[in-house]
Amino acid sequence: MDQQQQQSAIQGAKVLMVGAGGIGCELLKTLALSGFHDIHIIDMDTIEVSNLNRQFLFRRSHVGQSKAKVARDAVLRFRPHINIRSYHANVKNPEFDVDFFKQFDVVLNGLDNLDARRHVNRLCLAADVPLVESGTTGFLGQVTVHVKGKTECYECQTKPTPKTYPVCTITSTPTKFVHCIVWAKELLFAKLFGDKNQDNDLNVRANKAASSSEQTEDIFERAEDEDIEQYGRKIYDHVFGYNIEAALSNEETWKNRRRPRPIYSKDVLPESLTQKNGSTQNCSATSDDDSATVSAMPLLGLKNPQELWGLTQNSLVFIEALKLFFAKRKKEIGHLTFDKDDQLAVEFVTAAANIRAESFGIPLHSLFEAKGIAGNIVHAVATTNAIVAGLIVIEAIKVLKKDADKYRMTYCLEHPSRKMLLMPVEPFEPNPSCYVCSKTPLVLEINTQKSKLRDLVDKIVKAKLGMNLPLIMHGASLLYEVGDDLDDIMVANYNANLEKSLSELPSPVINGSILTVEDLQQELSCKINVKHSVILVSRNLSVDRSLNFIYSSNQKCAESFRIGPLLSIHVRRFRHPLVIMFCHREEFDEEKEPEGMVLSGWTQSPATNGESASTSNNESAVDVTESSSGPEIASKKRKLSETQPENHKRETENVESEDDDDLVEIENPMTVSKKKRVA
Amino acid sequence: MDGEELTEQETALYDRQIRVWGANAQRRLTKSHILVSGIKGTVAEFCKNIVLAGVGSVTLMDDSLVNEEALNANFLIPPDENAYRGKTVAEICCDSLKDFNPMVLVSVEKGDLSARSTEFFEKFDVVVIGYGSLATKKAVNEKCRKLSKRVAFYTVDCRDSCGEIFVDLQDYKYTKKKLEEKVECELNFPSFQEAVSVPWKPIPRRTAKLYFAMRVIEVFEENEGRKHGECSLLDLPTVLEIKKKLCEANSVSESLVPDSLLERLISGTIEFPPACAIVGGILAQEVIKAVSGKGEPLKNFFYYDAQDGKGVMEDISNSFTS
Repeated sequence: MDQQQQQSAIQGAKVLMVGAGGIGCELLKTLALSGFHDIHIIDMDTIEVSNLNRQFLFRRSHVGQSKAKVARDAVLRFRPHINIRSYHANVKNPEFDVDFFKQFDVVLNGLDNLDARRHVNRLCLAADVPLVESGTTGFLGQVTVHVKGKTECYECQTKPTPKTYPVCTITSTPTKFVHCIVWAKELLFAKLFGDKNQDNDLNVRANKAASSSEQTEDIFERAEDEDIEQYGRKIYDHVFGYNIEAALSNEETWKNRRRPRPIYSKDVLPESLTQKNGSTQNCSATSDDDSATVSAMPLLGLKNPQELWGLTQNSLVFIEALKLFFAKRKKEIGHLTFDKDDQLAVEFVTAAANIRAESFGIPLHSLFEAKGIAGNIVHAVATTNAIVAGLIVIEAIKVLKKDADKYRMTYCLEHPSRKMLLMPVEPFEPNPSCYVCSKTPLVLEINTQKSKLRDLVDKIVKAKLGMNLPLIMHGASLLYEVGDDLDDIMVANYNANLEKSLSELPSPVINGSILTVEDLQQELSCKINVKHSVILVSRNLSVDRSLNFIYSSNQKCAESFRIGPLLSIHVRRFRHPLVIMFCHREEFDEEKEPEGMVLSGWTQSPATNGESASTSNNESAVDVTESSSGPEIASKKRKLSETQPENHKRETENVESEDDDDLVEIENPMTVSKKKRVA
Repeated sequence: MDGEELTEQETALYDRQIRVWGANAQRRLTKSHILVSGIKGTVAEFCKNIVLAGVGSVTLMDDSLVNEEALNANFLIPPDENAYRGKTVAEICCDSLKDFNPMVLVSVEKGDLSARSTEFFEKFDVVVIGYGSLATKKAVNEKCRKLSKRVAFYTVDCRDSCGEIFVDLQDYKYTKKKLEEKVECELNFPSFQEAVSVPWKPIPRRTAKLYFAMRVIEVFEENEGRKHGECSLLDLPTVLEIKKKLCEANSVSESLVPDSLLERLISGTIEFPPACAIVGGILAQEVIKAVSGKGEPLKNFFYYDAQDGKGVMEDISNSFTS
């Protein structure tokens, strides 16, 4: 290895690090030791206690301070003469524009979320600066190299997005513990302690069962001097008893499912809590106590967060936690959102989720486990981060030396594969269909008469395309944009546009329209061809009407393509100018398509399915026209319906789950395209 | 069954790693005692990792004084002459390591490791020899094996951008996860003496070349009475002679051990910091596994070479000759 060449490449390099956390600390240290001496580092976070097991540049005394700044100070202590510039800021801020990125020879990511990674990827492409990406979870890790034109960009292979759950699974038919957590956190906790003006699906069941909506509202609102424990028991009985009984009354739902059992507080907790341990009864409403340390567990003699509580203990925690919120943290009620570092909130959500789990026959979990799920906690150790940091520096040096043949993606495995614990793989070439690095136009199939511009912006442009500050143009007409420099009239105009359906916009977007969507910060521009369509989804031979959109980067796909062995989508001309898409399948898994959003692959595989269209779907064609649907399907319909806000809320949840074999895996275009070839 | 519970402070601090290996494993870690001898870049990384992981104690042995090489690759040594003048490497590192995790007992043991009695090693659960001579590695390993208590034994050596780790867990029982179930397993490790004396001929061709190269270097340094890394390109002819003799004695072709690799190893005595991070990380993972009894251990050599980017496990024992 020509040491001289290597040393001069390192010494002349200006490096940007994004992230000063687990990987960041190890990386900054290794860069400094390796001779790098011009390093910039961006991180928006502050230091927490749970960081200290691996982010070794930080001390207990630093908790609350900026990670980027403290990391810099720590490294300067053993390398005082190098130049480190720290930014306590979000990398998505406008100040970090293409010109900012252009000043660097290489960008090194140590991030923990997909959103920021995509953003940095686009800026690196726009600035034509190589990017070394990385990630770790527990003992697993990987490092990848992305050089424009030479290798894949970070988005050439779509990455899995966080799992979301269909509303009805959460509100009515949970089967996994994580469903109970989402219910406890997003519905019950939010309903009791969060913003009252937010829509909340907890009402849905109650509404259907109750004779009047006023009755429901009364239950969740606590009267001025209503006894806290009484109130707690009332809530308990309502959500775990009454609501379950109401759900049970709908036979259809439970035909093939295990029936939940209603649970009432009088059966689980016959004695009053205040009689048992009068601890909270003397609390005054004014809480001078440090709300961060208020906790139900010690009052109940529960010490070990890893312990599994039974139904009784969970119920005690539920009531006690609720009491403590009202007794000690009254002022916060109505403004709270769940925070994994809020001990009382974690206790409440754990207890609520466990009681619900008990009701549905789902295994219970400890507080420790529940906290991890509810808080999306990533398990992490120092060693994997250290290894990955070493690998990042090695790739960075190759990039600086422009040693393209030597670029590698390296995987850090927990168990050896062909004797290897560290496995290097040659990077792939750019994906010609990647809409990020190769400008392939997209096809969006959408009901242009019913879908609003807001749907397009929120669900497609921001959520799917990952644009941060979008601008949408139709020909010469600006339909929508964001920015600080807009005057009030323009803003009002854009806000009005958001609420209009696409075909009713000042410059109507209809079948065949072509939209240009841009994010100026990311310097990403896409063209979207709009095809008007109405998608009908069938299940068990009855039919739902829905608003769906499908998009693909293949024009031919729009005509007829198959998404997977169980699912076919066919397009037929039906009553101009509508194009109807049929989705006929044997099994409908709500989990896979919570939004009814179906995305196809982006690869340009030739459409192989001219054959499929008419024959198999003639039956469903007949079923196309409205069918009667019972209350069970009503709930599914609701999921697919126009009430976008709830659905949108669902979509933005960040709850992790196990990987399923997802047929309509938006995340994996390769899978989809392969399945396309299945005859 | 495992003694006291973790304290609230420990649970909060170790939360993220408990989610990886569990509370029981963490408890066992907090009771473990690690002896570390020979501190350069890779071992400094290793020490940082196990201190963060929350072991019970770390005892450091390295009486060498701070020099320029030490300052270069060892981030535990602050570049302040006032701070390190007159102190040994172990003493400086001790102060820095304590800072990473006040709950870990970090101390210094002076003197020559190879002069220690067998009983000395009984205090420890894990012994790690960094950059040791062939004689020292053999002697200490033998002493560890004599004890009735099982002491896990590791050696680590990094030269240029390569690294070697050796593992000896003697007769080792552990649990590993196999398809949602926990399975009880057992492995039998050869001693260091046995592992480095395995005849070369029956060893599979695909085995990492570093194994053979390191054995050549070991013999060279022992024959010439050199300390670790006390060599340069000028020694290449001597080294190649030794390689020739070893290959002949083992009836294998000289191409088994590439000259270029040997050249790298004797001229690149300064450690490459990214390789230190990688090898130090792998070593720490192994020690954590051995202490917690959880997870399949590496058996029995690990090699890393930044040039090809591979980190491989090699199982080298006399079983080849059966």
